[in-house]
Amino acid sequence: MLQFTVRRSMLAVPTLLFISLVIFLLLELAPGDPMAQVPLTVPQEVKEKMRLALGLGEPVHVRFWKWIVQFFWIEPQVLMDHIFGTTFSEGKLRVVSWQTRSPVMEIVIQRIPQTLWVVGVAYIVGILIAIPIGIYSAYRQYSVFDQAGTFISMVGYSVPPFFSGVLVIVIFSVNLGWFPSIYDTTHVVNDWASFKVQLNQMIMPVMVLALQITAQISRFMRASMLDNLNQDYVRTARAKGLGERVVVMVHVLRNSMIPVVTVIALGIPSIFGGAIITEQVFKVNGIGQLLIGAIQANDLPMVQTLTFIFAFLIVFFNLIADILYGILDPRIRYD
Amino acid sequence: MTDLSDAELIKPPRSQKRDVWDQFKSHRGAMLGAFVFITIVAVVFLGPFFWTIEATHIDIRARNQGPSWAHPFGTDQLGRDTFARMMAGGQTSISVGLAAMGLSLVLGTFVGVLAGFFRFLDGPLMRLTDLFLALPILPLLLVMMLLFREALNGAFGPETGIFILIVTAIGITSWMPTARIVRGDVLALKEREFVLSARSIGTKNSRIITRHILPNVLSPIMVSATLGIANAIITESALSFLGLGFPPDFPTWGRLLFDATDYLQQYPERVFWPGMAISLSVLSVNYLGDGLRDALDPRVRGR
Repeated sequence: MLQFTVRRSMLAVPTLLFISLVIFLLLELAPGDPMAQVPLTVPQEVKEKMRLALGLGEPVHVRFWKWIVQFFWIEPQVLMDHIFGTTFSEGKLRVVSWQTRSPVMEIVIQRIPQTLWVVGVAYIVGILIAIPIGIYSAYRQYSVFDQAGTFISMVGYSVPPFFSGVLVIVIFSVNLGWFPSIYDTTHVVNDWASFKVQLNQMIMPVMVLALQITAQISRFMRASMLDNLNQDYVRTARAKGLGERVVVMVHVLRNSMIPVVTVIALGIPSIFGGAIITEQVFKVNGIGQLLIGAIQANDLPMVQTLTFIFAFLIVFFNLIADILYGILDPRIRYD
Repeated sequence: MTDLSDAELIKPPRSQKRDVWDQFKSHRGAMLGAFVFITIVAVVFLGPFFWTIEATHIDIRARNQGPSWAHPFGTDQLGRDTFARMMAGGQTSISVGLAAMGLSLVLGTFVGVLAGFFRFLDGPLMRLTDLFLALPILPLLLVMMLLFREALNGAFGPETGIFILIVTAIGITSWMPTARIVRGDVLALKEREFVLSARSIGTKNSRIITRHILPNVLSPIMVSATLGIANAIITESALSFLGLGFPPDFPTWGRLLFDATDYLQQYPERVFWPGMAISLSVLSVNYLGDGLRDALDPRVRGR
């Protein structure tokens, strides 16, 4: 198992390097000019110097190498300095955004809590709803509850978040006026009243994201439960006189959770991707919104770093899912 | 000897197509899905022959109207007929969906068959598939839209250029599941006796693939085709919704929804039609795929 973990982790490194190269080369083709916002009165030579100051004068491979050094070598040092108060990174160049001229990672760190709050809560809510639904619809297969569950999860698959989001805004915000339609990220929670405000503004985005997550995970849970309910060990457990509750909730559930847990791990990065749209609908000031702003402003270092972070999340959680599968299911032997 | 009834003997064996159709018919959701999707496609493509108001016709005096006999879905802020715009938008959205699905199927089947059939290609091609699966799709699509928009606009004109761009972008980022499924099936198929006998009479590899392998992997391909349409329609609408899809005066369902959100406070009903159209087509296509999967799977069909 350890050998497998190490080997898979080693394999992730070239994958990530390749992905960062693909993203970098794609951005290299960008026809957009970061100097487009500079006033026309600025003379040509000055513009040329500004271009050089952004690091655009060097050939492609040099710039790629510099980005790699900055991202993988200098940024971790900055993090260490921040935690331990050391001075490794003093005077070293970091990945700098062209929009704000401040380090990209600092902006990302500012934005991540907003995304994590909404997405994280939605993910947990979605899982908590999905698992009981999956268990019950598998246990009573083809019952009314199961049919209704199938239909709702089909709807959850099919209704895109940019429609369900707008729909809940129309219903709960425009017509009923219960919740605000815009998520206020500057809101500080320090007492009960402000916590209630925070809860109020989180309900709609969380609802929209949770619907999608519930749809996917409850399907997996149901299929996995159905696979296990017909196994011989279930009959044995019933035959030796165990209560129905123990059979389903302990024996079957534990075995059915194995594939579901890996699906949950695999879904985390895609949720970050899907949150881009939800953030846009509810005007949440998170990393998805940051990415769209950066794309529209031709801020290449920002786009490069953010896209790479998304790719890193995907590779990382794939690895986690594989390892979890091996740990949870002793029948799986990778070596 | 003659009292064996002739009818019993002459009755032809049931064909596979017939079996598939019988199983498909028994799946109510799939039948309904097929009916709804065909209706949507028919209205969207044949409707403009009967509903002759141009989607781009501006009637500023009739702006912001609610539903009426003259404008069943109302009009927008420039007095354009929403029903006509919905049909025009649907033509684009569904064409994008079909074309992108076609491209991703061709790519996925090609990679899957090569990887499954030729052992020396299996490793590299599957690693490539893994790499593509690890790419963050939506951010990359956004970046691609931004980068190649100008170039293609110049070469093909704004509408065709964006069409090509969106179809290509969706196609080359969604072929991986098909490739994996097809590879798995081809791996199993190529060990079967009929492939061995074809090889033993000297059939060339290319002929084995087209004649013996491809017809047998058709059913998983068809199922992923239906799911591919749904995926492509949603992705196109998402891009249009984020403002990185088709140009503003060129309606698609996603674009109409995006424009309608500006008037959410005053005319909340306006988001309903495009959103409903997207959701309904995707839902019906998903049910259709569900039914197809059951109908084409001989293990389910026997029951």
